Amino acid sequence: MSQPIRPLKSMDRQLPSEEAADLLALTRELVERELAPRAAEEEAEGRFPREAMRLLGRSGLLGLPYPEEYGGGEQPYEVYLQVLEELAAGRLTVGMGVSVHTLACHALATFGSERQKQQWLPELLGGELLGAYCLSEPQSGSDAAALTTRAVREGGDGDDAHYSVTGTKAWITHGGVADFYSTMVRTGGPGPTGISVLLVPADTPGVAADAPERKMGLKGSPTAQVRFEAARVPAERLIGAEGQGFSIALSALDSGRLGIAACAVGVARAALDYAVEYARTRTQFGRPIAEFQGLSFMLADMATAVEAGRALYLSAARRRDAGLAFGKEAAMAKLFCTDAAMRVTTDAVQVLGGYGYTADHPVERYMREAKVLQILEGTNQIQRVVIGRKLTGG
Amino acid sequence: MSLRIVVCVKYVPDATGDRRFADDNTTDRDSVDGLLSELDEYGVEQALKIAEASGDAEVTVLTVGPDDAKDALRKALSMGADKAVHVNDDDIHGTDVIGTSAILAKAIEKTGFDLVVCGMASTDGTMGVIPALLSERLGVPQVTLLSEVGVEGGTVKGRRDGDAATELLEASLPAVVSVTDQSGEARYPSFKGIMAAKKKPVESLDLDDLGIEADEVGLAGAWTAVDSATARPARTAGTIVKDEGEGGKQLAEFLASQKFI
Ligand SMILES: Cc1cc2nc3c(=O)[nH]c(=O)nc-3n(C[C@H](O)[C@H](O)[C@H](O)COP(=O)(O)OP(=O)(O)OC[C@H]3O[C@@H](n4cnc5c(N)ncnc54)[C@H](O)[C@@H]3O)c2cc1C
Ligand SMILES: Cc1cc2nc3c(=O)[nH]c(=O)nc-3n(C[C@H](O)[C@H](O)[C@H](O)COP(=O)(O)OP(=O)(O)OC[C@H]3O[C@@H](n4cnc5c(N)ncnc54)[C@H](O)[C@@H]3O)c2cc1C
Repeated sequence: MSQPIRPLKSMDRQLPSEEAADLLALTRELVERELAPRAAEEEAEGRFPREAMRLLGRSGLLGLPYPEEYGGGEQPYEVYLQVLEELAAGRLTVGMGVSVHTLACHALATFGSERQKQQWLPELLGGELLGAYCLSEPQSGSDAAALTTRAVREGGDGDDAHYSVTGTKAWITHGGVADFYSTMVRTGGPGPTGISVLLVPADTPGVAADAPERKMGLKGSPTAQVRFEAARVPAERLIGAEGQGFSIALSALDSGRLGIAACAVGVARAALDYAVEYARTRTQFGRPIAEFQGLSFMLADMATAVEAGRALYLSAARRRDAGLAFGKEAAMAKLFCTDAAMRVTTDAVQVLGGYGYTADHPVERYMREAKVLQILEGTNQIQRVVIGRKLTGG
Repeated sequence: MSLRIVVCVKYVPDATGDRRFADDNTTDRDSVDGLLSELDEYGVEQALKIAEASGDAEVTVLTVGPDDAKDALRKALSMGADKAVHVNDDDIHGTDVIGTSAILAKAIEKTGFDLVVCGMASTDGTMGVIPALLSERLGVPQVTLLSEVGVEGGTVKGRRDGDAATELLEASLPAVVSVTDQSGEARYPSFKGIMAAKKKPVESLDLDDLGIEADEVGLAGAWTAVDSATARPARTAGTIVKDEGEGGKQLAEFLASQKFI
């Protein structure tokens, strides 16, 4: 029954600064001491580690890519994503949680007015508050621009100006535990140009989350429908202009996909490390199974996939950090890294044989977790649609 | 005047790594990753708590160790200490506990102190005697192995939990204390703390600066010498004694064969 709790192998990363190296060291320490030891148990029980998220917040890990002047860490994506990889290797619920929180802050940080940023951004980045990103709906997933949650402007142009929001958002990560919802709503006609973004406090009357979905993996991370019933949201909480919402949502997703890619590499790496250690110690036919070429070739392919995935997300991140277009590269990284994670985690189960198929070892959990990464923030089919369009200019 | 607290922190080989001895039977500190001794994080934490409570205190972290020991200092600075002192000199290699305490004492005197805070023991040498040696060398009282500590006015007070009794102890400042792993979890640094640490002063000192002759310390000056070191043999499967009437006798025979009884 015993599940060896071995720290992940420490990695020799190329980092741009000493402070980045210290940040990664802090991340590993938090993973080893606070996240990894409780991951298996809490995932099995479906418990969300709200306290651990607060600890990350106090440590400054919930605002890493945003400007220092609003309380962020002002780190390049090259560094922020490697932090996500470490967190996800320790526990995907947390790595993805940080990625989703960062996604939820994106609209305000990138498209908010100076006044809005000064007013709300510090508390969003400060670590006590947790965010969610509400785009999907029961009837609009891949076709996100078909969303129907309606926001009607009322109350004139004075202090009473507000939106009355009605509709249902689906699949919302942190639904029910978040403190604010970055919400895409329809303020105009059909199609992408009728969409706007509202930053909605979770305690707004008329906003309520359903019970979380019962998922095959990532059970510690609540995914829930969030219902809006004539919820009154002050007009000053409109981010950007009316009708700009869909392009804001897509711009957030470009960055978010990089986060998912890094999380996928983290999960794959955790599975690889575990499989390598197992293969070195498990003996059959009188020797460690790692000595069978058929098995070591599998490990070699897994390790190659992890390295290639990291190289791909980092190269997309460096384009972003340099101010270059990176949407296509982000889609490629999300596609490649999550497919790689699915393969690597599946093979990790194979390396452990029957033991891999039990909950006594973490690899079957990694396999269940990897699956969702091929689906969320745009399915991998949709990533191919994005890449194909960019290639042919369609 | 503000309360001057010096925390002694040791840079030790990572216990989860492959620890080895070098050719001269000293601890191999080059080929393994090191870190701030976990037991010294408790010392840093208590020093910071005392400083926060006092409102007017300065926390200096002090280490005697090789180049990489600066990592231990940076960690303590990012937790919140104000400045650091790094004693580093090639001639320190192989110094025993007597020599280490002499170096630490000189550096503490040079820095100036009202309170010296140590961990309960290092995680590599684990002798736990440095605090007592420092007290002797500095000529100040020692209050060791505290699970609770605080400063009130010119007095340091603390609680020592023993097997048989709980002692409430106090000493007038200046004094040396050591704190245990029961004194309260150490805080994690924050990223802001990491950034701030880069700007905090780290003073580097060598033996010359402290007025210590090279032959007083190092392998040559050590009172102890390690003649040889052998790695602990790998664990074997062990012996299973099945009780079929003779179990007790077999157990006793086994223990006797291993010289336990
Ligand atoms: C655990 C989890 C967390 C999530 N978190 C969030 C969140 O925080 N916020 C949020 O807004 N959403 C979230 N989602 C929703 C997620 O983004 C959607 O599930 C995803 O976009 C797919 O939408 P759908 O489930 O409606 O599938 P559908 O769009 O119905 O797709 C079904 C299948 O059809 C394929 N398909 C659809 N269109 C095309 C096409 N044009 N070409 C080829 N194939 C196509 C898809 O690839 C898929 O295989 C989450 C989902 C999960 C499972
Ligand atoms: C047999 C033997 C072999 C040794 N071999 C080596 C060797 O190969 N290489 C080598 O470098 N040393 C070696 N040492 C000794 C090394 O000098 C001791 O680790 C050192 O003297 C401190 O003793 P300790 O680690 O047991 O500290 P303890 O008395 O257990 O430490 C208590 C506290 O003192 C403080 N402290 C201890 N050391 C330091 C330090 N260096 N800087 C700042 N604060 C400190 C910390 O607060 C610590 O929590 C050896 C010692 C012995 C007895």
